[in-house]
Amino acid sequence: MPIDWIKPGAGGIEVAGGAAFVDPSLPRPLAIVTHGHADHARSGHGRVIATPETLAIMEARYGPTPGWAVAYGETVEIGDVRATLYPAGHVLGSAQVLLERGGERVIVTGDFKRARDPTCRPFVPVACDVLITEATFGLPVFRHPPAAGEVAKVIERLAEAPERSVLIGAYALGKAQRVICHLREAGYDRPVYLHGAMEKLCALYEAHGVALGELRPATGAAAKEMAGHVVVAPPSALRDRWTRRLPDPVLAMASGWLQVRQRVRQNNIDLPLVISDHADWAELTQTIREVAPSEVWVTHGSEAGLLRWCELNQIRARALHMVGRTDEGEA
Amino acid sequence: MIADFARLLDRLIITRSRNEKLSLIARYLREADPQDRGWALAALGGSLDLPQLTSSVVRKMAAERVDEELLRLSREFVGDTAETVALIWPVQEGRAAAPLTLRGVVTALKEARRGDAPALLACWLDQCTAEERFALLKLALGNFRIGISERLAKTAFAEAFGVSLADVEEYWHASAPPHDDLFAWATGAGPAPDVSAAVRFRPFMLSLPVEGAPPDLRDFATEWKWDGIRVQLARAKGEARLYSRGGEDISDAFPEFTGAIPPGTALDGELLVADEDAPYRTASFSELQKRLGRKAPPRSLLEGSPAFIRVYDLLEHEGGDLRPHSWTERRSILEAFVQRLPRERFDLSPLVPATDAVMLEAMRRQPPAPAIEGVMLKRRDSPYMAGRISGLWYKWKRDPYTADCVLMYAQRGSGKRSSFYSDYTFGCWTEAGELVPVGKAYSGFTDEELVRLDKFVRGNITGRYGPVLEVRKELVLEVAFDSIGASPRHKSGLAMRFPRISRIRWDKPAAEADTVAALHSLILQTR
Ligand SMILES: [Zn+2]
Ligand SMILES: [Zn+2]
Repeated sequence: MPIDWIKPGAGGIEVAGGAAFVDPSLPRPLAIVTHGHADHARSGHGRVIATPETLAIMEARYGPTPGWAVAYGETVEIGDVRATLYPAGHVLGSAQVLLERGGERVIVTGDFKRARDPTCRPFVPVACDVLITEATFGLPVFRHPPAAGEVAKVIERLAEAPERSVLIGAYALGKAQRVICHLREAGYDRPVYLHGAMEKLCALYEAHGVALGELRPATGAAAKEMAGHVVVAPPSALRDRWTRRLPDPVLAMASGWLQVRQRVRQNNIDLPLVISDHADWAELTQTIREVAPSEVWVTHGSEAGLLRWCELNQIRARALHMVGRTDEGEA
Repeated sequence: MIADFARLLDRLIITRSRNEKLSLIARYLREADPQDRGWALAALGGSLDLPQLTSSVVRKMAAERVDEELLRLSREFVGDTAETVALIWPVQEGRAAAPLTLRGVVTALKEARRGDAPALLACWLDQCTAEERFALLKLALGNFRIGISERLAKTAFAEAFGVSLADVEEYWHASAPPHDDLFAWATGAGPAPDVSAAVRFRPFMLSLPVEGAPPDLRDFATEWKWDGIRVQLARAKGEARLYSRGGEDISDAFPEFTGAIPPGTALDGELLVADEDAPYRTASFSELQKRLGRKAPPRSLLEGSPAFIRVYDLLEHEGGDLRPHSWTERRSILEAFVQRLPRERFDLSPLVPATDAVMLEAMRRQPPAPAIEGVMLKRRDSPYMAGRISGLWYKWKRDPYTADCVLMYAQRGSGKRSSFYSDYTFGCWTEAGELVPVGKAYSGFTDEELVRLDKFVRGNITGRYGPVLEVRKELVLEVAFDSIGASPRHKSGLAMRFPRISRIRWDKPAAEADTVAALHSLILQTR
């Protein structure tokens, strides 16, 4: 029997006849928001159901947000639908949403990954009938290597050229803090210089117990002081006039897309770091196997690849073609 | 180990700076396994000759392990077969006991019978990381287009062992992969490779620009400077080889020269295309451009754009090295020698009939043919010496052509210029009052001018096309170029040679920039 109480549409996933929407792209009276990235968390909703961390991130970005904080594993009722949040392993506070009604179970993963991330709770597989998943990296060419090996390249490059700095382009929410944490794990204990756009969210992560070590603003720092150091900035700043203050920076970028050399060249990157906050092909297919849904709905990404895999594995699947989900920057 | 070579390849593909590429290769050549490094040098320098697999064979190999539809979708996304297969190849648990070496791979591929190569390759791919798989596939597919020229490989080799580039160039073609003799010589472990029997490239003698007044014409002979490409044609026992300015073997593109000179000869001259109706029977550079980079040119092209060499020096004659002799002696042997060569393939570069500096200056400014870019001055008593040595050879170029163009698009530069919009596309006006692009320039301006240009671009953006910014059509750039030719590939129908920005005309209204028709009339003039 087809599930009719969940309606994916261009503006988000409608739950229980419009009582609530998951990650709506337009302002709604009641929104369930999976995580703080701008393509999922928009401002202007009447009330937001989300984890306390996600609500804090939205407040930091948009100002006061009327929220309904729900911890992982906690259930709320929206009409006759029960909604429970589970960790998605994507960024701090990121959640999957389990929606239940009359014995039917639907999981909306939001963005997720299975790779280890010291800045957030790991993904929890939850059995369901319908899995609504992303497929950002839905092709078998995507295999993200362990992050430790990628940050080791940064440390190696600093040793190779101590008169230069390594400027890492990393998305301000999630990727930046994760890269810094991995650097600390690898023993990098010098101060990390931050672009101004990073400071607020780094402070927020630290307030939530994610230790990032010594951070210093890059603005106002002398070029000489930053030689031999890591500087973290949003990817958009990598080619900006802003970089002229740095000593001949090695341009690095942390993104799952950089596994493809064409992308590295297009972006003029000197040092690609294949560090992703989205599931790679193995993680996507492993997750579908584990939660064993009878049906898979694909929200966005390389749908065709994942649909083909489902077909080969005799799992019913369809693409939702959700617009406005761009994971180009954060992936 | 193949792993070191794969890592080098990966860095080389990403690195844009020539200096960084040089030091990466040099470091590899110094530190890598001596069994491997010669093959790596051969692979980078283009002297490695392996029986090659086609990309359709490689695709088929992958399709035996991965669903064909997923492979197709992936190939579409990645854009390159070797890379797609390297990434998609299913990982095998546990690696083989002995790590793969480059030498092992190359020897096995060389010895394999044609049909066996795919199975061999598949077995290696099973044991490798994605980075190594990519290197293996690039080797097997034989397409090493990673921005490394033969010259760059030679330069890196010279840098690695602190030997002179001129010596490396001299010995390079006398040494076969894996170049053990070359390494032995460079590391002081052996004698220089024997160059007597092999056809080889001799490093070019180069010129410096004339600064201020030209040198005394009593000591210097004068020739025209031709707008073609500098080549060396050399023949030992076998067929003749044609080498470009960088010492690269371009014989395949110019088969007309293979048997054209006797064994034991090496000559230096300008490669040009003949046009019996043009002044000095020389066609424009765009005719020559049709021939460059065309391996195995079709008969129609060989006949339609026949190449010849305008000879100006003789380095080896009847097996004897003429380079220690003076220019005067070499020239007199050359004059007699050219007489005996087929006229449709060779002629003698004439001397300029100037008797004093004033006359020479006039001839340089107004050369008698569009294929002449100025004059050359060569010291009469000088031997032929590799490189650019002051006091011996000079070039004195004609003033460049200029045109006033309007800045249309800008793109960021690379390396140190990556935060600047430093690559400019400019256009001229059509009859209909539209601007069409006529060229691109990245140089000619000072650092201060670059800062102002960058500021103009950022303040006048009207559109974005990926990395390209469109700007308000307001700024006039005076563009200098060496020559201009017809080009059906461009919308404007023309192509400039070596365009650079000579002045920024902050003062000039865009409406007063040049027209495309005016540029076309320059082509007519230069024909
Ligand atoms: Zn996200
Ligand atoms: Zn997203």
